[in-house]
Amino acid sequence: MADRVLGWLVSACALLVVSSLVWVLADVVIEGVAHISWQFLFTAPEDAGRAGGIGPILVSTLWILLIALAVAVPLGLGVAIWLSEFAHRHGHFVGSAQITLDILAGVPSIVYGLFGNAFFSVYLGLGFSLLSGGLTLACMILPVFVRTCETGLRAVSDDWRSGALALGMSRSSAIWHILLPVASPAIVAGLILGIGRATAETAALLFTSGYVDRMPGSLLDSGRALAVHIYDLSMNVTGGDGAAYASALVLVLLIMMLNTLAQSLVDSWFKRSLVLP
Amino acid sequence: MRPAKKILISMGFKSTSSRADRHLNMIVLLLTGFTILLLALIVLFLVAESWPFLSSGWRDGELWPDLFQNRGWYPLEGRFGMSPMILASLAVTLGAIAVALPVGLASAIFLQFYAAPPFAKGFRLLLNLLAGIPSVVFGLWGLTRLVPLITSWQPPGASLLAAILVLSLMILPTVALTSASALASVPRELLTGSMALGLRRTTQIFHIILPAARSGIANGALLATARALGETMAVLMVAGNVVQNPTGLFEPVRVLTANIALEMAYAMGDHRAALFASGLLLTLLVWLLSWAAHRLNRHATEALYG
Repeated sequence: MADRVLGWLVSACALLVVSSLVWVLADVVIEGVAHISWQFLFTAPEDAGRAGGIGPILVSTLWILLIALAVAVPLGLGVAIWLSEFAHRHGHFVGSAQITLDILAGVPSIVYGLFGNAFFSVYLGLGFSLLSGGLTLACMILPVFVRTCETGLRAVSDDWRSGALALGMSRSSAIWHILLPVASPAIVAGLILGIGRATAETAALLFTSGYVDRMPGSLLDSGRALAVHIYDLSMNVTGGDGAAYASALVLVLLIMMLNTLAQSLVDSWFKRSLVLP
Repeated sequence: MRPAKKILISMGFKSTSSRADRHLNMIVLLLTGFTILLLALIVLFLVAESWPFLSSGWRDGELWPDLFQNRGWYPLEGRFGMSPMILASLAVTLGAIAVALPVGLASAIFLQFYAAPPFAKGFRLLLNLLAGIPSVVFGLWGLTRLVPLITSWQPPGASLLAAILVLSLMILPTVALTSASALASVPRELLTGSMALGLRRTTQIFHIILPAARSGIANGALLATARALGETMAVLMVAGNVVQNPTGLFEPVRVLTANIALEMAYAMGDHRAALFASGLLLTLLVWLLSWAAHRLNRHATEALYG
């Protein structure tokens, strides 16, 4: 009897979860498809976004993301390589670095926004610009990216390292040609996490990259990210819901597309340097 | 340390180092130093910017009253009573966990022990998909679907309840997925052993599996709590944003993160410092949560191998 009740109970909970999640997803898809068109993707917003499209906003979003990744990926990979290959493995420094990175990975995005506003916008004088928005997001995704890559590198079996040593490979070519390619699934996972967080971010961009929905002329121009556009349309513009849902659909599809792109880029990048059995 | 590593070190990994190796070492060391500097700057700037607020509180002995007595949030008059917003943040976070943890755990049990394989696969796919949906999309959905629904029942609609529901929906995929992986990592012998003893399904799950997976589940819940506490947009869009103590489920509230997002654009002087101080407070809370998770992990490892 108790067994059957428990079975019903967990099935009911699962049904509740599935139905509410499908409800959200279906709403975004149905409302979004009703408003979306090729024109919507490439024209400038008119009438505060009620009419027109999201062309300049897509451009700003991609610029911010590009800046964030261009800063965070090399820095993050370097730190991950140092932590897992060069630093003293069980030293105090590595332990405390890991804990610090874990804490920073959990710090709310709005706090990164505060820092970005104080440091990049005001202290460095970049103002409200794509550059300060992108750099803020780079700081935000750096801890997560480092931790995923480091865990991936650490998980590579020591057989690879001793094999490389036995072949007389230098350490740097062992890292470049063997360890990084073997750890590439973790690097992809870190990239996907970073892209997802950076593209979805709204709060940290409100007061670093700003609100302006024009086409950005340079990296020092203010630009509105897609997530900020959705927020603005739904909160401040009456009658902007249709465009907001269409932008939400574009945002979700964009994240999926970027994830696939990251996956295939990393795969093809490392394929030429290693042939795994 | 594994033997292979020991051999590597005793053979002197360094002895094979070439010029390229030294260059690489230099480069990654430089990158690491730069990153440490950047991350130190975050803390430094948070403290420096909130210093006027903190130090003035200390000088007049008024910091604690400002934080914990309800003197009201009137930035223009220099009154920065944050307690209603701290309480609202805690209420929203605890409410979201209270909804998401039981439901998420139940769906994880369903996923792990009851669902037919193809259905479990689809369910997992849906959870993964929804875990990646931006919070602003959940906020949009809450604002246009949930809030009108609550309004028709209990106006004004934008309320503590709406915030709790949207947040719990947002963290549900994470809670369910981490709990499911915690359940999956329970040693197989425990399950087969309890089956061999002829225990009932309910007993197996509640007395064998759940206690064994306890730390993994708690870890996922702590992660989700940190996410709920730090969430800005989804809450900002549905909570109504009136600064008041959360007294009822249908009252509009304003949480700390939403307050920063709403007022940062025009804040000057002490007001700006007070907003940075609330950011510092959020960081401290998250630090406490990750400390708890760290302790939990250590206990779990000791219990397993100790």
